[in-house]
Amino acid sequence: MFSFSLDRTAASLRGCRRFLLHPSGWQHLTLAVALLVLAPLTVLLLSWTEPAWGIWQHLRETLLSQLLINTFILVVGVTTGTLLLGVSLAWLTGACEFPGRTHFSWLLLLPLAMPTYVLAFVFLGLFDYSGPIQIPLRAWFGRDLWIPDIRSASGVVLVMSLALYPYVYLLTRNAFSTQGKRALEAAQSLGCSPTAGFFRVVLPMARPWIAGGATLVLMEALADFGAVSIFNFDTFTTAIYKAWFGFFSLAAAGQLSTLLVSMVFLLIVLEQKLRKRMRFSQSRVTAQAERIILNSAKKWLATSYCSGVLLIAFFLPALQLLRWSLKVFDLEFDNRYGMLLGRSLSLGLTAALFITVVATLLAYAGRRHPDRLTLSLIRISTLGYALPGTVLAVGIFMPLAALDNFLIDFARENFNFALPQLMQGTIIIMLLAYLIRFMAAGYKSIDSAMHRVTSNIDEASRLMGLRGLKLLVKVHLPMLRGGIFTALTLVFVDVMKEMPITLMTRPFGWDTLAVKIYELTSEGEWERAALPALTLLLCGLLPIVLLMRGTEGK
Amino acid sequence: MNPFRLTLLLVFLFSISNLTGQALADELVVYSARNEHLIKPLFDAYTHETGIKITYITDKEGPLLQRLKSEGRNTRADLLITVDAGNLWHAANEGVLQKIESPQLAANIPANLRDPDNRWFGLSLRARTLVYSTERVKPEQLSSYAALGEPKWRGRLLLRTSKKVYNQSLVAMLIAEYGEAQTEQIITTWVDNLAAPPFASDTKLMQAILAGQGDVGIVNTYYFGRLLKENPDLKLALYWPNQDSTGVHVNISGAGVTKYAKNPRGAVKFLEWLSSEKAQNLFADANMEYPVNPGVEAHAYVKSWGSFKASEMNLARAGELQSDAIKLMDRAGYH
Repeated sequence: MFSFSLDRTAASLRGCRRFLLHPSGWQHLTLAVALLVLAPLTVLLLSWTEPAWGIWQHLRETLLSQLLINTFILVVGVTTGTLLLGVSLAWLTGACEFPGRTHFSWLLLLPLAMPTYVLAFVFLGLFDYSGPIQIPLRAWFGRDLWIPDIRSASGVVLVMSLALYPYVYLLTRNAFSTQGKRALEAAQSLGCSPTAGFFRVVLPMARPWIAGGATLVLMEALADFGAVSIFNFDTFTTAIYKAWFGFFSLAAAGQLSTLLVSMVFLLIVLEQKLRKRMRFSQSRVTAQAERIILNSAKKWLATSYCSGVLLIAFFLPALQLLRWSLKVFDLEFDNRYGMLLGRSLSLGLTAALFITVVATLLAYAGRRHPDRLTLSLIRISTLGYALPGTVLAVGIFMPLAALDNFLIDFARENFNFALPQLMQGTIIIMLLAYLIRFMAAGYKSIDSAMHRVTSNIDEASRLMGLRGLKLLVKVHLPMLRGGIFTALTLVFVDVMKEMPITLMTRPFGWDTLAVKIYELTSEGEWERAALPALTLLLCGLLPIVLLMRGTEGK
Repeated sequence: MNPFRLTLLLVFLFSISNLTGQALADELVVYSARNEHLIKPLFDAYTHETGIKITYITDKEGPLLQRLKSEGRNTRADLLITVDAGNLWHAANEGVLQKIESPQLAANIPANLRDPDNRWFGLSLRARTLVYSTERVKPEQLSSYAALGEPKWRGRLLLRTSKKVYNQSLVAMLIAEYGEAQTEQIITTWVDNLAAPPFASDTKLMQAILAGQGDVGIVNTYYFGRLLKENPDLKLALYWPNQDSTGVHVNISGAGVTKYAKNPRGAVKFLEWLSSEKAQNLFADANMEYPVNPGVEAHAYVKSWGSFKASEMNLARAGELQSDAIKLMDRAGYH
């Protein structure tokens, strides 16, 4: 065992050396993407040169311990919640048979398009003390009736689990549906019951997918500001925003953010170390395992479980949004909505394509060159997902503005030429900014899918003369279809929901639906914001549903 | 063509299809933290009247300020519009605004609602005042902000989160009035009296009073106005505190000309227009606020909530004392 790991270390070191001396095109690419992500991270790291000890001391004396406890509860709670929901639903729709399964399979993805802050607001509206559920309850049972408070740690955890479980569900379903039946059959021939087979074979074989989904959820939960501020639940992000907007210290906010990112980086490294020696590929590509037919009681239980989740996480909030939208329609709707929708869609689609392509190339680069340096660069490339949006937006903007200033001054001083701002307000910059932010969503989906492709296939293809990009396009892409679809969906929806980067990097007067939602909610006009939110939901959903049915059909 | 090249081509084509044009000579460029639907009608009216085109971008205060700082003298922005005196004070303090000499602005805007150094100017006024349940509270029981800490309000007071800048400015004013030690005591008694954890919005707070979770709270006037418009039989009323002493705490939305404005004269002209009679009503009424110009009447609907004596403390003080106020609230356990 020991000599084996020593062997690996030596191989990895050789790989690193090769990287430094003769980097391949793939490694150049990983370096380029990592540098792109490192630019805003460096801006944040530089914040340590500006001392902000007064704020640190204040936080330590008053809020910090409570913030850390709250953050811990949130992260552990939401990760557990999304894993329970996501994996169980993926198992039911991916491997079992029960009434309505084919519909639930795609319906359960719908909450993906529901921004977390929207779900939080709707839930608070419905279930709070002054909401339409508690008021009649108190009227019937008296004022002293004890009802659990939605504005609590468990309330936030519940809402965020419901909003974020699709990340785990989407990735895990992909694992279950690509898992051949052989492994499960082998387990059963060794005397495992289907349940035992699930826990001892199926679940471990799906680990990269589950871990990928859980990592995305964890990063989302850590970086979330919208939902927690609606619940007035103070977490680490609250401290970041307080330092910046309250104490006007971007330096302290940057310092706190770097801690957040380091924490995530360590978690990613740890998780990957733990499964380093595991293989997840199939020995042979086999037919999908036959579905487990649930018996009479169980099958209806499965149906009602899926409907219950769907009802609470999607239809209930969507109905509330519809109700508000109808109420404000005359006031809020104008001819700009077509344009807003068009921009949101085109931006989401372009970014999804762009990021998915880069993510596929990165995942392939990591497969070709699994040395420590390449893998570290790839890990760095995914860190943008863990930063609070506004902080990352500023981190992206500052080097851009510096570059622009340099170019403008250079042109003026040397050529007496008034150069306009080149970098700001162009779509290409928006796309690069989204790449920095959402690389994780694309990469995790594709990288986990790549685990299913055995190295034998690569070797066989090379023997047939397929190399590099050709190998990727001709051999891998068809096998990665599920992962690519997942990546496209996640990035598309994420980009459409994104606010801070869109606000900061968009061209003048270039609004999207998310910008519109921001405008209305920032002064508390939630009911008016329901219309753009609903539009976002519908146009974010439609492509997903279509794509989903398209891939299911094949 | 393989799918990679096709995608990259599409991405490229889409990217270059959206390059933006540059500013025209007499165009004005505005960075605004005040919402688009509140400022666009004014921009349109100004363009209609003068032919001057106004280009704008909206964002939160923090990012806009950082944007101005990073862009330095190459910024396109002529004017920064934002909400809350603390934010304006901070922008001035960071050196992104320039001094303006304008007799017209000085005449239209009371001295306490603009920067002592004339770098920013209030354009609309809102009061942060008490709201109470007309079913369970009599107005005679109320008197001042500090009195909300009296034991009779135990389990009856509702507050919005201390993270909202409006509460930070309010507490900053209390510090200016009572000093830090006494203010901390007042805030501690507020926290003791809370009927529920602080809310994320003024509207939620008022809905909670309606539902009976508490009886009295502190809100901005226009949130009350919005709720009242939806339901004219609202069982809530506003109370104007501190009428025998310092007056009701007021705050502003306002603007300043950026230090590196390309069109500073045009920006000042626009500011003067905003402080003038016809624009003042348009500006204030859009959000049910009060005009800053004392010569302009508030909208009849806004006036129907009653008249009050407003605090005359210069709002720059709220900015100066903001971080003390936040620290104090953190110490007092007001979250």
